[in-house]
Amino acid sequence: MPVAVSTFRTLSEAARAFESDRAARIYSGGTIVMRDVNEGDVSFNRLIRITDPAYRAVSVGSEIRLGGGVTMGEIAAHRDLAFLAPVARAVGGPQVRTVATVAGNLFAPRPYGEMAAALVALGAVAETAEGRRLPVEELVRGAPRALVAAVAFPRPSGDFRFAKVTRVRPKGAALMSIAALLPRGGSGETRIVFNGMGPHPVRAVAAERALAGRASDPSAIAAAARAAAEGLSPLDDALASAWYRREVAGVHLKRLLESR
Amino acid sequence: MAKTPIAFTHNGDERAVFVDDGQNLLDMLRRTAGDLTPKYGCGQGTCGACTVLVDGAPQLACITLAETVDGRRIDTVAGLAAGQGGGRLSPLQKAFMDNFAAQCGYCTDGMLMSATALLARNPRPSRDEVVEAISGNLCRCTGYEAIINAVLQAASGGGSAQAGRR
Repeated sequence: MPVAVSTFRTLSEAARAFESDRAARIYSGGTIVMRDVNEGDVSFNRLIRITDPAYRAVSVGSEIRLGGGVTMGEIAAHRDLAFLAPVARAVGGPQVRTVATVAGNLFAPRPYGEMAAALVALGAVAETAEGRRLPVEELVRGAPRALVAAVAFPRPSGDFRFAKVTRVRPKGAALMSIAALLPRGGSGETRIVFNGMGPHPVRAVAAERALAGRASDPSAIAAAARAAAEGLSPLDDALASAWYRREVAGVHLKRLLESR
Repeated sequence: MAKTPIAFTHNGDERAVFVDDGQNLLDMLRRTAGDLTPKYGCGQGTCGACTVLVDGAPQLACITLAETVDGRRIDTVAGLAAGQGGGRLSPLQKAFMDNFAAQCGYCTDGMLMSATALLARNPRPSRDEVVEAISGNLCRCTGYEAIINAVLQAASGGGSAQAGRR
């Protein structure tokens, strides 16, 4: 196990170490990187741990700010984050949620990334430890190598919905998941994000266009369902073929929009 | 290879050990601390056989870096019976036995720890809550029913498993 571990008490020190060492990876919750450590992956030789309290901080106001090291378990149990709890509970099993973090989920390979998809739908911005800000939507497309200190997004004024589509319950890998931000009263942006319908969480632009301003209108929902997979390149893997995902994306989007 | 000293509480006992760089908690518990109750299943955080409690919360020892438990409390199945004094089985373990909840037994230690974490925070869980609590633990023998019944029986204080159903 030739992997050195460096622990830093501040985010800025950790970021400097990460920047200067291409062979370093971040140990956030460890659920992904430790698999590689156990398998003897030689593409990295150093793990960077962060014990800065800011990395674990949650603040909830008109803006919600989650430190990169906030866990799925903490989100699921947080009184003021009830709207995000279904997303947090969709990640892994209970043991994984004890440690899996917000920042880790942004870089998790498919089929993982439920929280990343939700954050794209919420219009979240990632803040790097050096103070750069970039939309999570851009970050998931292939980020510049960066230590994500926190994510921030406005408290959703509209309706936020989430569904994970899986064959095995309660814990199974997702065929796809859908996060939707539906503005109330016709103002604000409609955002529909699929995980599993591309190499990273992607917005279903055609469906968004069909729904804009009338997300509860049955004819708009039908149009959005028909257009759900338009322009998207679904994953084609052992869980499901790309053809299958394209066929069912609209069905699941319709169910999500008609729920409640 | 660098060695890092850490101290932790292991089933109530203070322990101090050296961990290797990159060593996972499962390896440290089994090889260094001599506790063979957490099992090595998949080594990639999928099967739950290595479940232990870290400060009361279930974690997968195989994907936990050993040095992250410095200063923390680790509980494993080895502490369940010991906690009863004189090595008698805990009520949860007894319920597993009464309900034939172990066949090959490989998943049992992880199941027991996931169930222990559940019952500590929710002493009277519903059936669905039990299913959710053990959803990160794979069992290829029992079909889960016997395990779910055992946890419900332990929760109801040892009576019929049916008593815990809602």
